[in-house]
Amino acid sequence: MSEASLLKNTALTALHQELGAKMVPFAGYNMPVLYDNLIQEHLAVRQSVGVFDVSHMGEFIIRGPQAGALINALTTNDVGQLLPGKVQYSCMTNDQGGIVDDLLVYKFTENEYMLVVNASNIEKDWNWISRHNQHGCDLYNVSDEWSLLAVQGPKAAETVQKLTAVDLSAIPYYHFAFGSCAGISGVVISNTGYTGAGGFELYVKNEDARKLWDALFDAGSEFGIKPAGLGARDTLRLEKGFCLYGNDINDTTSPIEAGLGWITKFNKEFTHSAYHKQLKEQGPAKKLVGFEVVDKGIARQHYIIKDAHGNDIGEVTSGTMSPSLNKAIGMGYVGTAFSAPGSEIYVDVRGKLLLAKVVKFPFL
Amino acid sequence: MNFPENLKYTKEHEWIRVEGNKAWIGVTDFAQSELGDIVFVEIQPHSGLLNQGAIFGTVEAVKTVSDLYMPVAGTIVEVNAALDGSPESVNQDPYGAGWMICVEMSDTAQLNDLMDAAVYSAMVGA
Repeated sequence: MSEASLLKNTALTALHQELGAKMVPFAGYNMPVLYDNLIQEHLAVRQSVGVFDVSHMGEFIIRGPQAGALINALTTNDVGQLLPGKVQYSCMTNDQGGIVDDLLVYKFTENEYMLVVNASNIEKDWNWISRHNQHGCDLYNVSDEWSLLAVQGPKAAETVQKLTAVDLSAIPYYHFAFGSCAGISGVVISNTGYTGAGGFELYVKNEDARKLWDALFDAGSEFGIKPAGLGARDTLRLEKGFCLYGNDINDTTSPIEAGLGWITKFNKEFTHSAYHKQLKEQGPAKKLVGFEVVDKGIARQHYIIKDAHGNDIGEVTSGTMSPSLNKAIGMGYVGTAFSAPGSEIYVDVRGKLLLAKVVKFPFL
Repeated sequence: MNFPENLKYTKEHEWIRVEGNKAWIGVTDFAQSELGDIVFVEIQPHSGLLNQGAIFGTVEAVKTVSDLYMPVAGTIVEVNAALDGSPESVNQDPYGAGWMICVEMSDTAQLNDLMDAAVYSAMVGA
């Protein structure tokens, strides 16, 4: 059996292929990495509007009177702060001091939540949550039934608004509503995204994905709406300093080290919270920082970071050429002594040490 | 995809255009399309002879980096300095403005190791 035949398709894979997308295996899915030109897709999202098929993302529904308590016990953010209609960015920690996954928590009702998790972690997360479900909640993995289109950019709201009677201006950032969109009922219309460009993420059943896609491209044609691939999704998130699971955070990194203290709440207990609390109080030995490469070159994942004397002080976790800034930017863990903005660090780029400067997030 | 008949090709996707003892070298239309938006072309400074297959530089695209290999042995006599300011020439005009180096060949017999346009085109399935 060929590798390709083991890959899962989204409801729109055939469409991406028709559009001439370059398809790559990603987290077990056959996904469009780019359609034509990464920089143009990136800039379309920054300047106008682009659409990503991110149906590979996983969705779990958690139901029951104890649903909130279960999620609160497994995630770092405070579910007590969530109201129906609100979304929360959070982390699920393991019992070894690391992160099982980062995720979005949607509160549908007092007794019903949706978790949106990374495609690469669907099975791991599902097993983890099922194993810790001592609250008798009903768990549903609906990942294979739901599609997700991310409509992102300054013209995204105007585009989506043409397709729905729901007043999008009444849905603030990290809020959502259920509504009809493009004639499809029960769409989760969520003011969220992974680009920092603004816009909405739309959750629909697989059978409605093509209808929604076509309606979005009709509605957005006056804005030059473009399909955007995973390549642009990565450069867009990196410009905003958003963590990517598997790159910048993983099973061994603490949210405290990763700069995710803002979603790590110690007014409650969660898996291994005592360890993270102590790390926060003592100060972590390493921290995730953003940097700009001053010399000519691009830092890539796993390149070693050194100090001026050539001592290893850390490792690059993500790096690219920023299409918006036209600068090489990256993220990586460094010893805390080198984590202050302005610190000079060196990246070993194939044997050559390139000067880089630690900067504050976001880059843009 | 465009693979001019008058060039020879390597399996690492370089092209070479021969004029007497000299040869111009760059990457193919297929290579630029696979790499995507090219943002740097870095030619390592060399004064001496580079063997066939030696790395003479790297090309950085937004998402990836790739080494550049000598199709034949030779000494670099000229580097396309214009690529410093406009690396996108490699995407737009890979066989023209996107050329990377000019070398003086030390063993022209090595040209026989290389592919012609038809064979290369079949290899990349284009």
